Amino acid sequence: MNFLEVLAIIIPAALYSAAPLIFTALGGIFSERSGVVNIGLEGLMMFGAFTGIVSTLLLQDSLGAWAPWVAILIAAVVCAVFSLIHAVASITLKADQTVSGVALNFLAAGLSIFLIKKIFGKGQTDFIQFRIDKVTIPGLSDIPIIGKILFSNVPITSYIAIALAFAVWYIIYKTPFGLRLRSVGEHPMAADTMGIKVVRMRYIGVMISGMFAGIGGAVYATSIATNFAAGTIAGQGFLAIAAMIFGKWHPIGALGAAMFFGLAQSLSITGAQIPVIQDIPSVLLTIAPYVLTILALTGFVGRAEAPKALGVPYEKGRR
Amino acid sequence: MNKLVKNERVMMILIPVISAILGLIAGAVIMLLGGYDPMLGYQSLFDGMFGTPKAIGETIRAMTPLALAGIAVAFAYKTGLFNIGVEGQLLVGWLASVWVGYAFDLPAVIHIPLAVLAAAAAGAVWAFIPGFLKAKFHVHEVIVSIMMNYIALYTTSSLIRTYLYAGNEKSYDIKESASLASSFLAQLTNNSRLHYGILITIAAAVVMWFILNKTAKGFELRAVGFNQHASQYAGMNVGRNIVLSMAISGAFAGLAGAMEGLGTFQYMGTFTAFTGTGFDGIAVALLGANSAIGILLASFFFGGLQTAAPQMNFMTGVPSELIQIVIALIIFFVASSYLIRWVLGRAGKGGTK
Repeated sequence: MNFLEVLAIIIPAALYSAAPLIFTALGGIFSERSGVVNIGLEGLMMFGAFTGIVSTLLLQDSLGAWAPWVAILIAAVVCAVFSLIHAVASITLKADQTVSGVALNFLAAGLSIFLIKKIFGKGQTDFIQFRIDKVTIPGLSDIPIIGKILFSNVPITSYIAIALAFAVWYIIYKTPFGLRLRSVGEHPMAADTMGIKVVRMRYIGVMISGMFAGIGGAVYATSIATNFAAGTIAGQGFLAIAAMIFGKWHPIGALGAAMFFGLAQSLSITGAQIPVIQDIPSVLLTIAPYVLTILALTGFVGRAEAPKALGVPYEKGRR
Repeated sequence: MNKLVKNERVMMILIPVISAILGLIAGAVIMLLGGYDPMLGYQSLFDGMFGTPKAIGETIRAMTPLALAGIAVAFAYKTGLFNIGVEGQLLVGWLASVWVGYAFDLPAVIHIPLAVLAAAAAGAVWAFIPGFLKAKFHVHEVIVSIMMNYIALYTTSSLIRTYLYAGNEKSYDIKESASLASSFLAQLTNNSRLHYGILITIAAAVVMWFILNKTAKGFELRAVGFNQHASQYAGMNVGRNIVLSMAISGAFAGLAGAMEGLGTFQYMGTFTAFTGTGFDGIAVALLGANSAIGILLASFFFGGLQTAAPQMNFMTGVPSELIQIVIALIIFFVASSYLIRWVLGRAGKGGTK
């Protein structure tokens, strides 16, 4: 097997596993840049996957192949609303943000399975009939060498996720909104003095994170899992948090980290076909993203600076 | 009433109690919305918790790992650290206890303590890492602990598969000489799985209280948690205290794993998902207001809810996940105690007019 053939197996698989992580990690950036820790991304993703599958099942008879796409949009809206629980607790009621996020994960896990059992009378849903399929782009896939690697056999959601990362970079670094968002996460007192509504910005940050994590979860469910059960999103949300931190709270960094983690995830599946990699114990590949995140935090991969006011509730007039 | 709100000791009891009641009320509302009968649901739930000697035995059995996980969270919290890694420390403790329980042939008086200590040591080592990174590199312990949870999850199941695999997705059973199971306690509770771990749990609660409240080191640990800079100024070694506190917390979490490995199950499964006990420990610590007595009561309550959930499902059709929802809501209410304080404060003002 030559090197290019190996790449043609690895890269599409990595892009495929990375898409949900990219969406969710980008969402996490909005929340954490505004100063609100969001451990609840795992729960939000889970609720997104739940909404995505249930909506697809309800819509697929009338909408056909469009059903999963509409379901992703529904999941975005539902999870933006669901994330309000974390926002109200951690911003308005000044709960410990980590605790509130943990509670959100609990709530999402309990509520989604409770509802699945109530609606379907069993612990998991049926498989959806239309999934978000892998596509081969005509024309581009005929380009020698890279065509086969980058443009064949990849779901469209992966391209959307990558484009979104650049859009988020523009929003956060090049627009007034982005500047305000970052300022409430770095120094809310100063931002308040400048007339920026700290509480409102933080609510927006958390809700966008809910929306993106909902999309991430729904994309995972409709392209990879294709049904919903208790173990569907086991750890994807935490992996997205890891990607966000590994990417130093920067959209492009998070994109890179999510793709890398996607690669690590896909290698533990496709690795069996690839020389050298098939000799590495798969557990090492599985734990690699987590070990790397710890190393990144420790500064061995370059210092990661969290937003300065991250995790600190804002109280007007208190310095 | 206003005096009440200002009295911290009273609030420490009042907030968890009100939160638990609010959580149960919210659960009743969810049952109503789902088309179930809340009275019947809670009736069967409480029957499942305390209705028979066996139910009580199972409730106490379920409470042991929960209480130890809660003690682990609370110990770290009292010293200013948030140990969200209890789940991972529990898993490595579980594996260590099962390995010692399986691999050695020793008389019970040596075997049991050795297996229990191995679990505590493994948990301590696992928690040492985030503690050390926090002390040395100022890395936030929450994220490192979460990553350590996943590393523990995948590593333990891989180690079981490689070295201890008995087939059927689990390890070999431990030897009888390492078992905490007790035919006496089982008979007493009509064949429940209650085991001697409850004694270890109560001892651990006393140890936590003693270390924190009766020793100079405990005072130092709490001082560091309360104000790092002042403690440093007073000549305390902040970094060393952080590492020590995390390691002790992890040892408690490791013991929680031993409860499962040596007590309830006598083996360890090759898990693909978390047990959830470590995260429940956060809820237990919060509801127990981080105090030793409070944690025992809170773990008894949550342990009962968990063991009774399947029975509630069987009797009334309410999905057992309702309990998870109720626990999540209780965490929200305790964490947002600001709201309860505010409402009580308002009620107090209204009353004095």
